Amino acid sequence: MGRTEVVSRALSGDIRAVSRLISLIEDCVPGFEGLYSEIYPFTGKAHVIGITGPPGSGKSTLVDKMAAVCRERGKTVGIVAVDPTSPFTGGALLGDRLRMQRHALDDGVFIRSMGTRGQLGGISRATSGAVDVLDAAGYDYVIIETVGVGQSEVEIASIADTVVLVQVPGLGDDIQVIKAGVMEIGDLFAVNKKDRPGVERVVAEIRIALELSSVASRGGGGTSRIAGSAGHHGVSALGAAGSEREETVDEEAARPCWHPPILQTLAETGEGVGELFDACDEHMRYLAGTGELDDRRYRRARSETMQIASGRIWRGLTDDRGAFAAAEELAWKVARREIDPYSAGNELYEMIVK
Amino acid sequence: MGDSMGTDTGRKIRVLVAKPGLDGHDRGAKVVARALRDAGMEVIYTGLRQTPEQIVAAAIQEDVDVIAMSILSGAHNVLFPKVMDLLREKGVDDILVVGGGIIPDEDIPALKECGIADIFTPGTSTSETVKFIEENVKRRS
Ligand SMILES: Nc1nc2c(ncn2[C@@H]2O[C@H](COP(=O)(O)OP(=O)(O)O)[C@@H](O)[C@H]2O)c(=O)[nH]1
Ligand SMILES: [Mg+2]
Repeated sequence: MGRTEVVSRALSGDIRAVSRLISLIEDCVPGFEGLYSEIYPFTGKAHVIGITGPPGSGKSTLVDKMAAVCRERGKTVGIVAVDPTSPFTGGALLGDRLRMQRHALDDGVFIRSMGTRGQLGGISRATSGAVDVLDAAGYDYVIIETVGVGQSEVEIASIADTVVLVQVPGLGDDIQVIKAGVMEIGDLFAVNKKDRPGVERVVAEIRIALELSSVASRGGGGTSRIAGSAGHHGVSALGAAGSEREETVDEEAARPCWHPPILQTLAETGEGVGELFDACDEHMRYLAGTGELDDRRYRRARSETMQIASGRIWRGLTDDRGAFAAAEELAWKVARREIDPYSAGNELYEMIVK
Repeated sequence: MGDSMGTDTGRKIRVLVAKPGLDGHDRGAKVVARALRDAGMEVIYTGLRQTPEQIVAAAIQEDVDVIAMSILSGAHNVLFPKVMDLLREKGVDDILVVGGGIIPDEDIPALKECGIADIFTPGTSTSETVKFIEENVKRRS
């Protein structure tokens, strides 16, 4: 399969071509940017859902059941499952597919496992690339599974249209839910393993944390983020995703605002997963209906563009021996207090961008 | 080509570790999976009781360089050749396939004949398996 053939075949949904194209982008083979530019015009149609949460919380099991729901509804789904690469060996054990293998023979489900390959944050640019390939290949949904450690939750929010935060009872610390900066990125909360004791407590903790973060982000005024969502706990309330009003008017923004629903799931049996899927669809309707979708996609585009530009500048520094030597010399001068770090940084910058 | 700070891009050897057949033990497969990971490879583990069709479909979606299969149940003479046939049917010729498990010496020539690159029996050290894979991957830029 030649390079141009890979693109045209991937765009028509050919599975081998889709798979190969993801590799070419993931490996950053020479010329991959050209391939990317050929598929990019065909992206933007899929609903990209990010699933994140602690290890062992049942994310892969949940994704497997979501894929089943997707198929029952006649939709196709691409899955990108990201696991950490060992910083010591560069290798990775990618075990998410294990829980999804029953879909292997279904052409409407494409599953790709990925290592983070040393990206500090956890979600690599390669993930973004795989999402775009699957989107361009015509999958209706693209689901990204990522372990919620370090920065990866925040990064997933920059790629996904809808972020599902998975929590479970019995992890023993209340902090799991309230980790700073993480609540804010959840568009939906799935409290999985509802067969385990302590589910109600986790739901209550999430609700309180949501309320607090909502109050904080509004400076104590305005509508509570979860006002009107009193019925939002558990499967019994899940009709909410479709029927009850999710949206109330946010006086400040004069646009309806989203109250993250808290759903209970039992991924092992699939209980509650249909409702979770409904809530994802509802969230997409909200995004599309309010213009928030355009905002999110603009933010993703901006952060990717900046990242690529800063990556090039960084490479300019590390690849160019002259610049690298200059950087070392400047650093010594700063260390000896001969110049200050800003002057050194600016001098180096001038050198690289020249 | 790197991307930005802290990246380590470029090709990595990707291996699908699969357990075809009905036997319920995957300790051996897991040991191999960890050894390959420790050698810097990306290992996709698909679990027990995989059909040849599932193995081949997963290998294609994951775009692996290597399929490593292990069988203890004695069905290797059926299942290994079946995987090779399916790969040929799909026009896949750039995946290295190796097998392991409890496989009598007299079965090995026929398995190699049908395209299994090598067979690793229980006495083989994992470092031999790693070395064989590193030296024999068929791919590619
Ligand atoms: N009791 C119970 N166990 C579950 C449930 N969902 C998943 N599990 C189990 O939790 C473990 C981890 O699941 P996995 O999907 O791999 O979690 P991940 O690490 O978040 O992807 C597995 O043993 C699953 O069978 C659930 O709803 N209830
Ligand atoms: Mg998982």
